[in-house]
Amino acid sequence: MNLTLKVWKQKNKDVRGSFETYQVSNISSEMSFLEMFDVLNEQLVHEGKEPIAFDHDCREGICGMCSMYINGRPHGPWHGTTTCQLHMRAFKDGDTIVVEPWRANSFPVLKDLIVDRGAFDRIIQAGGFISVNTGNAQDGNNIPIEKEKADQAFAAAACIGCGACVAACKNSSAMLFLSAKVSHLALLPQGAPERKTRALKMIAQMDKEGFGACTNTGACEAVCPKEISLDNIARLNKEYLGAAATIDK
Amino acid sequence: MLDSKIPPGKLEEKWNDYKGHVKLVNPANKRKLEVIVVGTGLAGASAAASLGEMGYRVKAYCFQDSPRRAHSIAAQGGINAAKNYQNDGDSVFRLFYDTVKGGDYRSREANVHRLAEVSVNIIDQCVAQGVPFAREYGGLLNNRSFGGTQVKRTFYAAGQTGQQLLIGAYQALERQVALGNVTMYSRHEMLDIVKIDGKARGIICRNLITGGLERHFGHAVLLCSGGYGNVFYLSTNAMGSNVTAAWKAHKKGAYFGNPCFTQIHPTCIPVTGDHQSKLTLMSESLRNDGRIWVPKKKDDPRKANDIPEDERDYYLERRYPAFGNLVPRDVASRAAKERCDAGYGVGTTKQAVYLDFKYNLINKYGRTEAGKQGIENPDQETLIRLGKEVVKEEYGNLFDMYEKITGENPYEVPMRIYPAVHYTMGGLWVDYELMTSVTGLYALGECNFSDHGANRLGASALMQGLADGYFVIPYTLGNYLADEIGTKPIPTTHEAFVEAEKAVADRINKLMSIKGKQSVESLHKRLGKIMWEKCGMARNEKGLKEAIEEIRALKKEFWSDVRIPGEINEMNPELDKANRVADFIELGELMCLDALNRAESCGGHFREESQTEEGEALRHDDRFMYVSAWEYKGDSDWNLNKEELNYDVIKPTQRNYK
Ligand SMILES: Cc1cc2nc3c(=O)[nH]c(=O)nc-3n(C[C@H](O)[C@H](O)[C@H](O)COP(=O)(O)OP(=O)(O)OC[C@H]3O[C@@H](n4cnc5c(N)ncnc54)[C@H](O)[C@@H]3O)c2cc1C
Ligand code: SF4
Ligand code: FES
Repeated sequence: MNLTLKVWKQKNKDVRGSFETYQVSNISSEMSFLEMFDVLNEQLVHEGKEPIAFDHDCREGICGMCSMYINGRPHGPWHGTTTCQLHMRAFKDGDTIVVEPWRANSFPVLKDLIVDRGAFDRIIQAGGFISVNTGNAQDGNNIPIEKEKADQAFAAAACIGCGACVAACKNSSAMLFLSAKVSHLALLPQGAPERKTRALKMIAQMDKEGFGACTNTGACEAVCPKEISLDNIARLNKEYLGAAATIDK
Repeated sequence: MLDSKIPPGKLEEKWNDYKGHVKLVNPANKRKLEVIVVGTGLAGASAAASLGEMGYRVKAYCFQDSPRRAHSIAAQGGINAAKNYQNDGDSVFRLFYDTVKGGDYRSREANVHRLAEVSVNIIDQCVAQGVPFAREYGGLLNNRSFGGTQVKRTFYAAGQTGQQLLIGAYQALERQVALGNVTMYSRHEMLDIVKIDGKARGIICRNLITGGLERHFGHAVLLCSGGYGNVFYLSTNAMGSNVTAAWKAHKKGAYFGNPCFTQIHPTCIPVTGDHQSKLTLMSESLRNDGRIWVPKKKDDPRKANDIPEDERDYYLERRYPAFGNLVPRDVASRAAKERCDAGYGVGTTKQAVYLDFKYNLINKYGRTEAGKQGIENPDQETLIRLGKEVVKEEYGNLFDMYEKITGENPYEVPMRIYPAVHYTMGGLWVDYELMTSVTGLYALGECNFSDHGANRLGASALMQGLADGYFVIPYTLGNYLADEIGTKPIPTTHEAFVEAEKAVADRINKLMSIKGKQSVESLHKRLGKIMWEKCGMARNEKGLKEAIEEIRALKKEFWSDVRIPGEINEMNPELDKANRVADFIELGELMCLDALNRAESCGGHFREESQTEEGEALRHDDRFMYVSAWEYKGDSDWNLNKEELNYDVIKPTQRNYK
């Protein structure tokens, strides 16, 4: 198939970017979306032009590197799918596809489609862990965990830290990401000792990074490639209120 | 010359004895010692976090935008540990034995035994960190089976085990960052080692955002930079996985161990065309429940589901009745190639075999679920529905991944799979303490050659990475640094730093000034093709000699005709790639040289000249019972050092999975 691509080009953090238009031809429906970009970049190198910079690594939907805003939707049209797993079957001959980077003040654009998501690491640094040094552990089976709880914790822990939730949110809130981590750890007995402070510290860091507040539009859940549920935000709110109440006393 | 520093004493007491007598560094002195950790996969993140907790001043580096994105994140199936929670006869000795045998008797007994010993601590540590492993209804940890073993010792989190383990290690690492014990340098790529008076004292790296070069000092340097499967262009590795860190170390004096030992994984989604940028693994754990077959008739035009049972050739079950579909990877891959080469392959390219879940979906899971739910005489439809639910829980993400890529639903039709490059057993040669042949330079995880011999068993890489990082290096590094407490940090204005940085800058300038016609990608693809055809699943003398010539020619072409757009002092992914591919080309030559030298078949290294009548790998222990440790002498020039392997406890035999 032949396609028209409108892609955001931006030299670096300090200059303004703009859209450029490209044509690609002979794209097979078996290609992945990023393989289509490989074809385009190969073409650009041959024409002596600069290829488009984009983040990617695993190309299996698990590392969370890829981050394209495709036709107005983070990660494109397929539900529960990362950009790298999107395949060209999703498009048809003659389509125009608009591709932008994540847009959020807390994710500055570094180049073209690449943004800086360091804020997510700093949110984890604020409390997204269980404080246990190497060598401190007891036998794994000494902590039986209800299967249902373990499964829920796993579902929350499946977040890949891609930032699509932030990109989709009109407030650029990081609540879905943050709540997934708080839920993962709060659901497990190992996470209990730090429960009271974890949510408070992480939320304080989120505010400091400039992410917006959550107004429950659900746009994040709709685009999350790992289908992280809004229930996690409800759980986070409970954790937060509980913690704030006890600390106030 | 090559001293592997294996402690004396009985095999099962070596590690304990070592730990009891190793030199220690007191807390005040640890504060004064700086450690560089290149890489934040399972090996690097666990090492950096543990060393930070101990009080060392750690600097960690990765080329991705966050340490959480290291390639380890993609590991699917699971991690082994000799817990014997299933009461099925497992033990430290059995895990040790299976690993040595699986590696076709080309690994060190002492290292493997230590690995098996600490495997149990890894699971405990990960559980304490909150890693959500799969559990039984009683709340205890669950296990599955992997290839090359007859016990269930693999711990897992659906098909996302690597992700969950890495997130655990990453969180531990970020906690140390917050405490100020670790400084994290993301989007940084190490491009050289700095050596002063024969010891590793730092690195030169490129800031991938600004393009600027930086000098960093460390009292010791740990390389945890992963494997080099991408030398084949197409592999299951992440796009960025590369050999550069290890290769720079090699050129600065670190020997390269068994470079030709590559693992070709039997169950990957087949290549669809020239546009293919990478291959996707379908976890080995699927062979627990999937049966592999091809039609008995050549070029059978029927759809898989239309071929009746008695016209299917379950060739692994036929050839290896004792292990069946769970033979080790090298054996399963060669068997698939044999069937396809003989004309029985399926799919449009005929380079694929079926992995079929129907039988177990119905009979194993469907029936058990029906039993649990008290459904009497369930019909086929009910069984399939019930079976699907269980399979979804076990492997759901893998089935989804398959469907997204191929557009076919593997719950309904068998998967089509074919072998693909997956893992490299070879890597930097290290001694028992994980130190390379350069003093003060260590290698951990897939980056070293140490534990898997000529073939790695499934679910053992995650185990090794975490063993090295959490439980081995915290002891062995102290043994070296205890003698370094008097060494003051060396200012990076030292001439060794200046020279190393200049060499890196010169090379980058040279690359950028070529301004040729061919893209980095196209040259990488050509290298991959040579490697796959001549140094892939089967190798022979003639092919390897040709490959060496072809690679040398390709190297010339690369250095005279590569085109890298953009500038040096900016974010430039094409330049990053060019740096890596230039090193892959040099490595490719060494891999072929090593494969040529090893005129035997063992594990994943199959020399066509050396096979049994049944086509199995035939070792020559009399001539090749050694580790090849290649020493870099200059351009296309290496010296072979041999580390003899001694088997004191296990008696090497012809591997038998029949
Ligand atoms: C698809 C897939 C599935 C797998 N499944 C399993 C499984 O189920 N069980 C199992 O045991 N094993 C599995 N493996 C193997 C296993 O995942 C790897 O061997 C293991 O994760 C490697 O870990 P590592 O820490 O050594 O390196 P990696 O995780 O590869 O990390 C390398 C790190 O080094 C950094 N780095 C590299 N070069 C540089 C440089 N020059 N400068 C700065 N930083 C650098 C990278 O940024 C990264 O942080 C699988 C592998 C693949 C490909
Ligand atoms: S919650 Fe979903 S969208 Fe947000 S970072 Fe995690 S995986 Fe990405
Ligand atoms: S490239 Fe890893 S999730 Fe897309």
